[in-house]
Amino acid sequence: MSDYRVLPGPEHFLPPAAASMGICLPNPGEAHINGVIAPEEKAYEEAARQFLMAKVPTIFPGPLVLWAWNEKAAKKATAVRHLFNTLVECVQPGQKPMLIPMPDYRPKYPKINPEVEINPNHPNLTIWHNRIDCCMFIGVHCHQANLSLKIIRGGTSCYTIAMCAQAGHEDAMLSFRDASVEKIMKLADTVKRLKGTVQPRLASANNGVSS
Amino acid sequence: MSKERIQISEDLYDIMPPDYQDLVKSATYGKEDRGWKDIGTSKELIEQHSLCAGCPESMAFRYILASLPNPEDTVMVGSTGCTSLVFPMVAVHNIHSLFGNQNAIASGLKRALSVRFPGRVKDVVVLAGDGATVDIGLDMTLQAWFRQEKFTTICFDNELYANTGGQESGLMQKGFVAKMAPVGKLFDKVRLPEIARESGCHYVVNCTVSKPSLVEKVIRNAVHIAREIGPTYLQLYTPCILEIGKNSMEGLQEMRDSEKPTERFAYKEYISEPAKQLLAELAAKDKERKAAAKQLAGQASA
Repeated sequence: MSDYRVLPGPEHFLPPAAASMGICLPNPGEAHINGVIAPEEKAYEEAARQFLMAKVPTIFPGPLVLWAWNEKAAKKATAVRHLFNTLVECVQPGQKPMLIPMPDYRPKYPKINPEVEINPNHPNLTIWHNRIDCCMFIGVHCHQANLSLKIIRGGTSCYTIAMCAQAGHEDAMLSFRDASVEKIMKLADTVKRLKGTVQPRLASANNGVSS
Repeated sequence: MSKERIQISEDLYDIMPPDYQDLVKSATYGKEDRGWKDIGTSKELIEQHSLCAGCPESMAFRYILASLPNPEDTVMVGSTGCTSLVFPMVAVHNIHSLFGNQNAIASGLKRALSVRFPGRVKDVVVLAGDGATVDIGLDMTLQAWFRQEKFTTICFDNELYANTGGQESGLMQKGFVAKMAPVGKLFDKVRLPEIARESGCHYVVNCTVSKPSLVEKVIRNAVHIAREIGPTYLQLYTPCILEIGKNSMEGLQEMRDSEKPTERFAYKEYISEPAKQLLAELAAKDKERKAAAKQLAGQASA
């Protein structure tokens, strides 16, 4: 097993792909936390704790849930909204949950508006601008998610969570696999359950900004 | 992506940036009579872009995107050049090819789309500069025409390599001196419209983009003919105002000056016999449809 751990950055300008450092994807029913395979139940707890600890916990829904391609996508969107509403209910004063879309993957030049969207080609801009210190990707195609997660790890100190509908992401600090409406709702339930038990790191947060 | 699938999830609608909401609400996807007159009254399929102020290429882009008959089922293939700066801001599927191989990419793409979506009309439109079309990509351009690939090739002819500082291109006019071509062009502008005709294109037009209604007509003709019969080619003059020493306001006049009867961009059109027949059929159907709509409107108001 690899000694490498997928931790909040800034790692460096070109962080290695976690897979190249020996990090493996979880099997069905499992997740990974910092690159270490863990039972899914533990991952729910850890993800909820990270959300509740963060100053700006943020969900980044991607095109696979933002656009109602089919009934399943629309249901996932409803679940994402429920998770966000739960976060808003459960955080303490001073914490500011955000829901920022990644509508598509176009490299928007000359600039994007980091207040209203995130782009996979420069996700760090949105994270820096909004001082996001914990985020979750959902509904982002795998190759774009991998690209973004690496950029975030390279240039920011943001904690990344992937709610992946496929086999998970090595480059996230915590990754679920086989994401479904039920799993998103379960994460929301866990957040609700842990409400008030986690101390937010308001004073010590360096807010996703690289040093 | 077909029109019925371009819907935002209801629960996340409010967080979508306004551009996307507008695209769903008031873009002209699926509108049968879409055209340049929709500009200003509906959401255009081009968002802000990074071309220079007053660039005729940006006008051309807007007219073309407003005129495509089937944008939700169209894939555009671009190439290296100023157009590459615009494609990311375009709400039509597009592929950025390597410099010059755009017609090879489009050939494979068109064939793959025909296999993948046999019952659906999928248009492919190549849009590249003169460097990509005539110099670096001439082989791929011609071979696609020889093979009678069913897609449209549009060349934005600005008569030099504009975004690398003004080098000589095959479509530059004889004697022209550019910043990076100080000696002046020693030979004639390549006669690609004539070559296109001889290479098997069924519809060839050489013109400027000074008249939006004309651009609309040639785009629609080119796409319809490519869809049914075979390759089509449009060579549109989109002068680079910076490289020819003009100001932002002078692009339109430059095009008007260049399309006079004796000038190099005087309107030239070639239509093959099968293409003429198709256009006549389309015109007849259109007339029929409009008459039926008029009748229906008359009945409704009676």
